[in-house]
Amino acid sequence: MQYFHSVTLDQTKCKGCTNCLRKCPTEAIRVREGKAMIIPQRCIDCGECIRTCPYHAKVATTDDFASINKFQYRIALPAPALYGQFKSTQSIQQILSGLLGVGFDEVYEVARGADVVSKAVAAKLGATDNKPLISSACPAVVRLIQVRFPELIGNIVDVLSPMEVAAKNAKEEFCEKHKVPVESVGVFFITPCPAKMTSVRNPIGLKKSYVDGAISIVEIYGLLSAHMKRSDFTFGGPNASLKGIGWANSGGEISAVGNSSALAVDGIHEVIQVLEEIENGKLPNLTYFEGLACHGGCMGGPLTFENAYVAKNRLRTLMARAAEREPEIQITAKEEQQDISFAQYIAEQPAMKLDENITKAMYMLENIERITAELPGMDCGSCGAPTCRALAEDIVKGNATEMDCVFRLKERVKNLAQQMIDLSNMKK
Amino acid sequence: MANEYIIREKYLVIANDFNAAGDASASIKTTLKKIGVNSALVRRISIAAYEAELNIAIHSEGGEMVLLMNKEDIILQANDHGPGIPDVSLAMKEGYSTAPETARMLGFGAGMGLPNMKRCASDFQITSEVGKGTNIQMVFKVA
Ligand SMILES: Nc1ncnc2c1ncn2[C@@H]1O[C@H](COP(=O)(O)OP(=O)(O)OP(=O)(O)O)[C@@H](O)[C@H]1O
Ligand code: SF4
Ligand code: SF4
Ligand SMILES: [Mg+2]
Repeated sequence: MQYFHSVTLDQTKCKGCTNCLRKCPTEAIRVREGKAMIIPQRCIDCGECIRTCPYHAKVATTDDFASINKFQYRIALPAPALYGQFKSTQSIQQILSGLLGVGFDEVYEVARGADVVSKAVAAKLGATDNKPLISSACPAVVRLIQVRFPELIGNIVDVLSPMEVAAKNAKEEFCEKHKVPVESVGVFFITPCPAKMTSVRNPIGLKKSYVDGAISIVEIYGLLSAHMKRSDFTFGGPNASLKGIGWANSGGEISAVGNSSALAVDGIHEVIQVLEEIENGKLPNLTYFEGLACHGGCMGGPLTFENAYVAKNRLRTLMARAAEREPEIQITAKEEQQDISFAQYIAEQPAMKLDENITKAMYMLENIERITAELPGMDCGSCGAPTCRALAEDIVKGNATEMDCVFRLKERVKNLAQQMIDLSNMKK
Repeated sequence: MANEYIIREKYLVIANDFNAAGDASASIKTTLKKIGVNSALVRRISIAAYEAELNIAIHSEGGEMVLLMNKEDIILQANDHGPGIPDVSLAMKEGYSTAPETARMLGFGAGMGLPNMKRCASDFQITSEVGKGTNIQMVFKVA
């Protein structure tokens, strides 16, 4: 089956400006014939290009809100990042109630899934010598590891993400309570990012996602705000602990898992730096690594409405208010005992290698080195590749020519012109 | 023709330049990934390359890393031009370190670099002469 990507290009808006080229952490973008294109094997759906593009030509495909109507019963699965989006929110309960207002029959907090996952990860940490374990929660980071750091796949903790656990439990509980068949229930994740949408279609650690669709926070924002203003609160939540809700921020996961030699890093380029160090064996005492692709964590997701820092502050206020309730919410014994390990291992997707045949790849690399040395080394992007070296690679792969380099072209034209002059002088 | 190397890459390593320390091993790692060397081997070579590079940066007056490769072997050399190691077998002991305070503050100096290199490589050779320099050659089997 073809790999689905949420992040795509809107051809009509793209001006071929090359702004996105250098921002892409996997060098997945090229500009060809005046338009950007994304190399699908490399793209990790991090959304960096969505943030960068001044013309909004990079877009995220998510499910339409109307798609919930395909199901007789619909459950909303709000990411905790949703809680920080609204200006005049009184409580988390108000937001969750609003979701019932817009047309969902039930709301199940992903933060509760996070509570279950926190316990499971803590248990795995206690039972392994494999260090460091790497969080499986951010799908952009998981895919980054698949394509750029396949050496580290064995370090990814084999625990499903809070989204999957929440979806699984939401469905089970709903079907049991209302005595309805599982096919009649649709579970929709309210997503801060394209990576999560992608992971619904290409699930991580299992064959088929428990989630039926992903609706972006920006899409539902307006409708939800309108419904939140009504005061007929009907939802009894939140049903997640403060630590579970805290997963929305960078560092929230490690604080919920409760491990002292854990490290949280946010921002895809920063995550790459630390993965390099882990690969070099440079962090021998590290037990757990939480890497989130977005600055600030999911609060900074590309499909959120509010500025990440404003949202974070607001969430803090809401959490402080929720903290007044007693006692703190605990997951049930049943939830704690359920098996949420991966049902399927994560495969390597090495997208960096030049050829399947290792000898051929070596010769290709040798050619790349030679061509790179002849290019100006300015990494200007005018050729449509992010760096001169990337152009050299494209040339060797047969996807570009040296004349795509404007400097080489200029030289060539100059030489030709000189030849013409010489020729005409000879004739005189 | 095991001696003919398709890939020959050379990287300069500058003494005490902690900003650039790690760049050579990062490039080596990228090369290995581009070539499609299997991931377990990439990891072993990465660790060895990083330790070797850092030793040149921390303990020597500067040198270079060389990567040679054909379809059987990957060879990693770390050569520097001084000051050399007076007692190599002592230096090879786990926990032995003369790392200066500046390096220790950055988390180096556990005395594990050389033993780790030896553990990672299929074959590990070190020669050193005081006043001249240290040469390390590590062989990794591709297949
Ligand atoms: N290239 C070199 N030139 C001179 N001395 C060296 C060189 N490499 C290693 N040594 C000596 O050998 C000792 C042991 O090296 P090793 O790499 O095992 O540990 P370390 O560098 O001190 O600490 P670590 O590698 O764990 O950060 C060093 O402390 C140093 O005295
Ligand atoms: S989503 Fe991320 S990986 Fe994909 S093209 Fe955009 S920047 Fe590159
Ligand atoms: S950090 Fe959160 S919002 Fe950003 S890509 Fe990862 S899961 Fe999505
Ligand atoms: Mg060392």
